[in-house]
Amino acid sequence: MKITLTVNGTAYPLDVEPRRILADVLREDCRLTGTHLGCEHGVCGACTVLVDGEAVRACLMFAVQCDGSSVRTVEGLAGPEGEPHPLQRAFSAEHALQCGFCTPGFLMVAAGALEADPTIGNDPQRVEALVGSNICRCTGYEPIRRAIMRAAIEQATAAAGDAQGE
Amino acid sequence: MKPAAFDYAVPRTVAEAVEALGDTGRKTQVLAGGQSLILEMHLQRIRPELVVDINRIAGLDQLGVDGNTLRVGALVRHGVFESAQAVPGPLGALFARAVVNIAHPPIRSRGTMAGSFAWAHPASEWCAIGTALDADIELHDQAGRRTVAAGDYFHGPYRTARRPQELITAVRFPLLGDDVGVGFIEHRRTHFCFAQVAVAAALTVRDGVISEARIGLVNCADRPLRAHAAEQALIGAEAGTPVDGYRLPDGHPFARAGRIAATQDAAPVAEPYADVEYKRQAIAVLVKRTLCQAADDQRSRGAQHSDAQHSGAQRKGDHR
Repeated sequence: MKITLTVNGTAYPLDVEPRRILADVLREDCRLTGTHLGCEHGVCGACTVLVDGEAVRACLMFAVQCDGSSVRTVEGLAGPEGEPHPLQRAFSAEHALQCGFCTPGFLMVAAGALEADPTIGNDPQRVEALVGSNICRCTGYEPIRRAIMRAAIEQATAAAGDAQGE
Repeated sequence: MKPAAFDYAVPRTVAEAVEALGDTGRKTQVLAGGQSLILEMHLQRIRPELVVDINRIAGLDQLGVDGNTLRVGALVRHGVFESAQAVPGPLGALFARAVVNIAHPPIRSRGTMAGSFAWAHPASEWCAIGTALDADIELHDQAGRRTVAAGDYFHGPYRTARRPQELITAVRFPLLGDDVGVGFIEHRRTHFCFAQVAVAAALTVRDGVISEARIGLVNCADRPLRAHAAEQALIGAEAGTPVDGYRLPDGHPFARAGRIAATQDAAPVAEPYADVEYKRQAIAVLVKRTLCQAADDQRSRGAQHSDAQHSGAQRKGDHR
């Protein structure tokens, strides 16, 4: 089936079988291997990407479902000059990765939530629910939670500064 | 494993969808949120020949109130109910308490309530709430529409009154009156597990006496249950003085209702980490606690009302 996926702003015209899941198509057809597959059961969250701005499990969605949609993967987080996303800086500052396998999924679930609602830093319970969405086999949840909080607070502070400057 | 090959249809209207579902002798599956279906397809426990993706049908994502009825379209995602304001009155509060127990935010942003009714997993929160509240399931096929009451709809694990050529277009719930208190408590092994037992309750107390009670039991049988015997035992009983935490005086009707639900209403099925005796114990405790929560909720609602009346504010949304 012929579809077009727009991934990180680039259009990929593809011919895919309906049975192929989004994560496989991103990795194998688009050659974007930042999206990791762990359990392929929707449990671990390593494959989380944003589809039309919303965090989804890329193992529980067929690529054909995303025809015409905009997909964002971990490769799309960095800025145009390659500068890291605030979340990526926060993950680095808080040592929020050990083996790193789960990291793209955690970054994307946090990125989706932060973009939908920049005030999540005010609500530690929501951040905990986000951290609880994915599995980190190294059990590094606490630094991950701190990193997401740090990025959220940084963004909120920057937004407040911008508002004052205007 | 990966899903086996299938044909894929993307209807734009309900009529096109039911035509696709009805036209052949092929094994079909409806794809809405897909958060259970695609997992089962990975495991190849389900191998449909045709998948009908209803996500591009306009209007199915609508959530609306019509008179005393909440209509939840087939594409309304779980996540919508996280805001208690999405649905008026105590029903919205009950949904908001229950929904956070359903998987995780990224699953809730895709999965649908109607999909839970189609799937009919015994541990589904929505299905037990629907059974307790007498929800109706709207089914369309090529011949037209029919409605099945939740009490008649569930036939067993993954087995329902839905015929393969039918599409669930909506689930309808009666709204709860403003004087109803609600509770929902779930017990599970870890954050990633299905409910071992969960209980939903809606309680009406008038002048200290319980006048109406609805109790839904999650994963307490091979299908969602309404705890009729426990409800009957509550009607006319004194709700008692404000409850101190979950400690109740001996013979309190909530504790009695818990025991009755566990022994008469429930028919638990043993699981690896919860045998039948364990589940009965959990049901008795959870029913009691959920009723306490509902009574607390009702008291706080009553307080809100009298505040509103004292300040002369208009009461809005009295759905009874």
